[in-house]
Amino acid sequence: MGIFETLSFAAPELVLVLGAMALLITGVFIGDKSAKQIGYACVGLLLVAVLLVLFSPTAPTASLFDGAFRIDAFSTFSKVIIYLAAAVAILMSDQYFAGEKLRRFEYPVLIVLAVFGMSLMVSATDLISLYMGIETQSLALYILAAFKRDSRRSTEAGLKYFVLGALSTCLLLYGASLIYGFTGSTSFEEIARIASMEGANVGLIFGLVFLISGLAFKVSAAPFHMWTPDVYEGAPTPVAAFFSAAPKLAGMALFARVLVSSFHGALGDWQPVLAMIAVASMAVGAFSAIPQSNIKRLMAYSSIGHMGYALIGLSAGTAQGVKSVLIYMTIYVAMTIGAFACILMMRRRGGMTENIADLSGLTKTNMPLAIILTVLLFSLAGVPPTAGFFGKWYVFLAAVEAKLVWLAIVGVFASAVSAYYYLRIVWFMWFDEAAEPFERDAGPALKLTAWGSALLMFPVLTIFMGRLTELAGRAAAALF
Amino acid sequence: MLDIGLGHYLSVAAVLFAIGMAGIFLNRKNVIVILMSIELMLLAVNINLVAFSQFLGDLTGQVFAFMVLTVAAAEAAVGLAILVAFFRTRGDIAVDDASLMKN
Repeated sequence: MGIFETLSFAAPELVLVLGAMALLITGVFIGDKSAKQIGYACVGLLLVAVLLVLFSPTAPTASLFDGAFRIDAFSTFSKVIIYLAAAVAILMSDQYFAGEKLRRFEYPVLIVLAVFGMSLMVSATDLISLYMGIETQSLALYILAAFKRDSRRSTEAGLKYFVLGALSTCLLLYGASLIYGFTGSTSFEEIARIASMEGANVGLIFGLVFLISGLAFKVSAAPFHMWTPDVYEGAPTPVAAFFSAAPKLAGMALFARVLVSSFHGALGDWQPVLAMIAVASMAVGAFSAIPQSNIKRLMAYSSIGHMGYALIGLSAGTAQGVKSVLIYMTIYVAMTIGAFACILMMRRRGGMTENIADLSGLTKTNMPLAIILTVLLFSLAGVPPTAGFFGKWYVFLAAVEAKLVWLAIVGVFASAVSAYYYLRIVWFMWFDEAAEPFERDAGPALKLTAWGSALLMFPVLTIFMGRLTELAGRAAAALF
Repeated sequence: MLDIGLGHYLSVAAVLFAIGMAGIFLNRKNVIVILMSIELMLLAVNINLVAFSQFLGDLTGQVFAFMVLTVAAAEAAVGLAILVAFFRTRGDIAVDDASLMKN
């Protein structure tokens, strides 16, 4: 394959990274007054990248750069959702940053650079490209967490995220070095060949456990979740909204690709590890969220729990399981972005509020917001007939078909417990004394995001669900 | 004279890695020490990679080690920048100070 043909496959990534650099230089010359325009330009870049991914004239599957990356239905599916989630996250941030007098042009550029790292992650098929993708993403995310650099909380969040993130990268690398040593190659294909040949190679399994720990950190699964609540609470709210969506999907996609395409031969070795991580995440998500009074912290625990459900699907290790993970993550991204749009609308006299108690009696003061938030909370809890229920249903079904019935039962129990704290907020909103009303000039971006996300939660849109399952099925099949 | 083989290099790397990890969790005084511990862990990984590369007669491990070195430099730059921002808001870099948010 010639160099131009190879680069034509990487067109979306090239658009993102070259565009981000050009916008960075523009921003340096014009200064912070260009922040809004650069934000829109970054959204434009992401949308162009979506179009390039969707309408790529080339064959659907290709291996690039000597087997370092692979373009297939799986990477295409993940990239489209990541780009769209990031674009929405940029649009949602504008009003917050204007209110906090924090409008800086670096914010959208950093998001685009992080997204570039994520798109390397979802198509990586080599340990080196996996590492480079993760680091490209993480370095941008560390800065985003500390973006409000005059705030003690934000810098503390950035520092905690950096230290724990670097630690997890070290674990991941140590695992990668052992895997390289015991297979003699860094390419997933070669690792898969050796892993299926000698399932009981202790060094390889040791390396795999380190690799899984590193990846579990990136998707904030328990017991590697400690950073999540602090980072969500300390980081500016739009940053937390971004953190809870695109990077989670990218991490989970990478997780799926590593385990399924290179360690499928060692399924018996990693399945129990993954099942334990899933159970621990669901337990932390269900029980630690109950005493929280800050809604961002609650969303952090909620995301830990949701990663646990997604990992149930992954630990099935089948095409059905990977398909259910993709469906679950897509629905999760849609609902978490909507929930954060609602949190961003919790504003009084120019200041943000984050207390759950401030939502009480919302139906009396702001009916539309109360309805949207109710729908999203029902969906997060997995109450039928919302989309959140279907996500969980697919995941549990995959587990049952892979003879992991006990895991599905634990999942059902955990979702019953976690329904308590979601529905408690609904109770506050509908039946409690009204608190001071929020400001209503939320701006079109937040309102549209919240309404759109709430509408997507209704499976009445069967076209959407049918199309989603079909595309996710095709994407999952590309890994096997 | 004892021959130094792959096992010795792997042991050194494992010990360095463990020391680095202990440095992160036991240190309660200074964030800079944490950055140094992270560096130590990354170098342990590099020893692993180069030792395996030599043992296998395959250059990929050394390429990987160079990637790790380069990225570690970028990571240290980002880490120090965040640390400076942290210091500016509080005038101190003690680990115990990073405790505004707790359950």
